[in-house]
Amino acid sequence: MTRNWRRQLSNQVARLLVYLMAAIALVPLSMVLIYTVVSGLPALTHLEFFTNVERPVGIPGAGVAHAFVGTIVMVGLASLMSIPLGIISGIQLVEYGTGRVGDAVRLACDVMVGIPSIAIGLFIYALLVAPLHHFSGLSGAVALAVLMLPVVVRTTESAVALVPGALREAGLAVGLPRWRVALQLVLPAAVPGVVTGALLAVARAAGETAPLLFTAFGNRFMIFDPTKAMPALPLIVFHDALTPYPDLVRTAWGAALVLIILTLLVNVASRVALRRQISLAAKL
Amino acid sequence: MAVARPALRSGAASRPPDGFRTVTTVVSLAAPVVLVAIVLVVGSGALPAIRHFGLGFFTSRAWDPVRDKFGALPMIYGTVVTSFLALVMALPVGIGVAIFLAQQGAPRIRAAIGTGVELLAAIPSVVYGIWGLYVLAPWLLIHVSRPLSTRLGSIPIFAGPALQTNLLIASIVLAVMVLPTLSAISRDVIRAVPSGMREASVALGATWWETTWKVVLPAARAGIFGATILALGRALGETIAVTMVIGNRHDIPTSLLLPAYTLASAIANEFSEATGTLYPSSLIFLGLVLMLVTLAVNVIALLLVRSISREARV
Repeated sequence: MTRNWRRQLSNQVARLLVYLMAAIALVPLSMVLIYTVVSGLPALTHLEFFTNVERPVGIPGAGVAHAFVGTIVMVGLASLMSIPLGIISGIQLVEYGTGRVGDAVRLACDVMVGIPSIAIGLFIYALLVAPLHHFSGLSGAVALAVLMLPVVVRTTESAVALVPGALREAGLAVGLPRWRVALQLVLPAAVPGVVTGALLAVARAAGETAPLLFTAFGNRFMIFDPTKAMPALPLIVFHDALTPYPDLVRTAWGAALVLIILTLLVNVASRVALRRQISLAAKL
Repeated sequence: MAVARPALRSGAASRPPDGFRTVTTVVSLAAPVVLVAIVLVVGSGALPAIRHFGLGFFTSRAWDPVRDKFGALPMIYGTVVTSFLALVMALPVGIGVAIFLAQQGAPRIRAAIGTGVELLAAIPSVVYGIWGLYVLAPWLLIHVSRPLSTRLGSIPIFAGPALQTNLLIASIVLAVMVLPTLSAISRDVIRAVPSGMREASVALGATWWETTWKVVLPAARAGIFGATILALGRALGETIAVTMVIGNRHDIPTSLLLPAYTLASAIANEFSEATGTLYPSSLIFLGLVLMLVTLAVNVIALLLVRSISREARV
């Protein structure tokens, strides 16, 4: 009887501990969110934050418009490079990816996701920055594209694989060539899942600092030309947060808040898209 | 009407040319080609330093750009210590979360906690950095580091004087950042344990915890190990957040309350101002070491996790 009582007690204690661990896991998330909102809001309440560029320390009205432009240009270019490549690779993995090439692509993607982003920065520096002798937004975009590619490939693959085989067989049965089946029949049915993957990759790229440090480098001015050094929101957070000036630290917090809002929005959007993919797959 | 029928031969010879297949296959080779290019380019960038220092690079504590003497020991030490401590802190929480998420019942609370932990992975590294620097570091200094160093200062790992940016806070920030990796994969592995095993254990009269501890967790052991190694890969390579909170000092402190350096943060801090040949090359050498270690760690983890999911499918 006492033995049984002890077993029940340890069961309850263990259950409590597991619940405690689950609760502890939410503490850092809420702390990061609360403090970023509280510290970042003062910067965001001034409209100049979104319309002006950096000002010398002490002069009011500084903004991060140049960083918005830089992030949009670089992430846009990176998306143009990596998303089409990634989608085609993902389709290839599903349609023909049973052989050695498919295995190599899958392994390469899984491994690339784990490569430290700073190493990708070094790679692009040696490849594009050192030979051309200057930093550029374009090299930053290529670094981000390298980061995005494996994410897009693997999410496209899993989204396309979710499409029921009957759809593909129906297309082949009426005599459509393989490329029309893949691009006009299967891919449209997988769009929500593919969009999810692309969105997650974009969000990841928009928040990355390390690969931009010595490729895009950063810039104090509004730059639209990607062959010049370009600023980006994460670079602003990194550089300004480490200065001793309260103005710049406030700007850094503001930029951090913008980054967090952006990531959360993309995550919510991708969840909605994923749910649509699952219901779509169920309907087919 | 006679329709020409293709001969019913098998094998590639009879297959009509499939341009789509060729094009997509060539395009899909982009990922492996880029991977090989990364290793080759970074490796060749490190060559001057490899030739000049050889294996002595790993045992030297020197970091003197003026005299062109470089060694990686302090960075290797900082990287290993912070990653190890981060795993020690994140493991109990991560497995607790995984057990919680893998069990039945309370779907709303489970969804909330699952989403919360996933969002941790979505927050950019630099945001963890600024939070760690301005929120966690001052709090930790007053409530943890200083009391530790004044009361337990005689123990070498808590020796003072405690500083704001140190090994301890870097480890805590890393622990938060690897938590999603750890809990998401562990949850999948725990879910993959056949329900028959669980049911058999419960049918024998075992409590929930006895079933979890003696049946489910041992069955998922290899997968949880894989998740841990994957998390280790993340921790080793994490750059920006660590750079902002570790203090960036070329030193090998025994105390956790003193600043140190990691491989990634040394590159992030110094590469854009490194001049000459050996200085940047040494930093690239650090990057090469970091990359090869994380590559090896990731491949091991992938093989472990894959073998689990294959077993579960059988």
